[in-house]
Amino acid sequence: MAATTSDAGTRRDFLYVAAGSVGAVGAVAAAWPFIDQMNPSTGALALGSTEIDLTAIQPGQQIVYKWRGQPLFVRRRTPAEIESAKAVDVNSLPDPLARNANLPDTALANDADRATKPEWLIVKGVCTHLGCTPAVSTPQIPEGEYGGWLCHCHGSEYDTSGRIRKGPAPENLAVPPYTFMTDTRVKVG
Amino acid sequence: MSGPSTYNPQSGLERWIDARLPLPRLLHDTVHTFPTPRNLNIWYTFGGILAFCLGVQIITGITLAMHYVANANLAFNSVETIMRDVNYGWLIRYIHANGASMFFLAVYIHMFRGLYYGSYKAPRELLWIIGVLIYLLMMATAFFGYVLPWGQMSFWGATVITNLFSAIPVVGNHIATWLWGDFAVGDATLNRFFSLHYLLPFIIAGVVVLHIWALHVPGNNNPLGIDVKSPQDTVPFHPYYTVKDAFYLVLFVIFFAGFVFYSPDFFGNPDNYQPANPLVTPPEIVPEWYLLPFYAMLRSIPNKLLGVIVMGGAIVTLVFIPWLDTSRVRSCRFRPLMKQFFWGLVVCCVLLGYCGAQSVDAVKFGIPMVWVARIASIYYFAFFWLIMPIIGLIETPKKLPASIAQSVLGDKAGAPAE
Repeated sequence: MAATTSDAGTRRDFLYVAAGSVGAVGAVAAAWPFIDQMNPSTGALALGSTEIDLTAIQPGQQIVYKWRGQPLFVRRRTPAEIESAKAVDVNSLPDPLARNANLPDTALANDADRATKPEWLIVKGVCTHLGCTPAVSTPQIPEGEYGGWLCHCHGSEYDTSGRIRKGPAPENLAVPPYTFMTDTRVKVG
Repeated sequence: MSGPSTYNPQSGLERWIDARLPLPRLLHDTVHTFPTPRNLNIWYTFGGILAFCLGVQIITGITLAMHYVANANLAFNSVETIMRDVNYGWLIRYIHANGASMFFLAVYIHMFRGLYYGSYKAPRELLWIIGVLIYLLMMATAFFGYVLPWGQMSFWGATVITNLFSAIPVVGNHIATWLWGDFAVGDATLNRFFSLHYLLPFIIAGVVVLHIWALHVPGNNNPLGIDVKSPQDTVPFHPYYTVKDAFYLVLFVIFFAGFVFYSPDFFGNPDNYQPANPLVTPPEIVPEWYLLPFYAMLRSIPNKLLGVIVMGGAIVTLVFIPWLDTSRVRSCRFRPLMKQFFWGLVVCCVLLGYCGAQSVDAVKFGIPMVWVARIASIYYFAFFWLIMPIIGLIETPKKLPASIAQSVLGDKAGAPAE
């Protein structure tokens, strides 16, 4: 017994450190469920998809649908709106990326890569600044200088391709994944 | 709470309790005999008023929670039920809603008072920082509470504020999703906000205890900003300040009741009487008045991340004030230069509040409001990070009185009594 006193200190230190480490790992493991419970539940994670009938939408008109709890803009663009969107130099844009879920992340924000069918622009109606729903611009009631949308919350302006042109928003309006079932039916999601 | 105790238990029962749980001793030393500077003015009554506000919010809040339903489909109607059907529900809700505004009005007066008289300076740095923490908790609580009625402003206010976190690089969007419990503000968000809105006031109450503890170690600052030097400089807290606090509390409650009974929606926004609609943002989104200055700062910067950093920085700055002020004199009464810049800060904060309430592209008197907000924001930061340190070094303060007692009694009697 007397012989073990010399290493009793290190042995005790080891037990302290070992018990403390196991305790710390256990505390983190116990905390994780309480943190993760705040993430979206499996119900919220189940991806929703929506089919939209386009026949009723007139040129120059925008219809707002609800997709995954958020507004979705479906805009039937006039030839003039398409032209003005195509005339823009991509390199001059605040956000030169397409932000199109149907294309690779590196795709550039050419109008053709924002709207695969030029007449139909489909974007999430969520301002990339702080999440408000931007107001649509029409020749009768213009919203902002670029003919697309103006977000009244903090003044972000989008063009007719849904690209950010002015204001605090960092990114172009997001293009959701979609496929045209027929010429007049599109499935979003 | 600290220092030598003057408690002297009289009866056998008091001695019995004192030997086991000296709570009567704590109360005696804290709210009865606590030596308090004899020259505290009206602006020092707001601490007590704030404690009253917290109590009112907790009592009205607990009773409202007996009728409120935290469900995205039912919340709006449950609030209308409270207003129309629940006995005195209208009264309790209007006290709670206006109580939040009164709470912030009082806290702003309390904070500006602390700034003016240099109450943050040594040895009261921790007292000040704990105060900033309470202010932060108050803002969080008020924000969660404003979401609960689930009107248009509730919903879009929640959307905008939670989206602030999405400005954080890389993990921002994950944080926002984690806060929402969904991919947008929704039912899950409402439920957790209710839970937190119920929790935070009790956390505030706990931190308030620390605030008072940190106050009772060095004792109160006072309008002269000089230390207490002798017992002559102080009076016992009771009855002198219990009565003074009570008097001004009554005036405050009359003011408060004026809003509750005669203009209960004065601070409210009519858009919040529309049920939340995730597809339509109201044309103008404005936060409650007490957050407008920060909102104006956010909007005045045309870059998402920078705007969020500036807004957060405006609050974080407050923590550093004790070390940014280089002056050896506390009170602005003796700081002729600082006094002017102080009032400049007050004007800027009011201006920022005004700008925050206007639309983004508003132009008043030919001046774009966004530029007014920019200049006022620059002054706000310059005041704390430049003016405060520099003025403290170059200013010649006025002569300080020898003591509180001499300043108070000497003026009044013409000559001191002894």
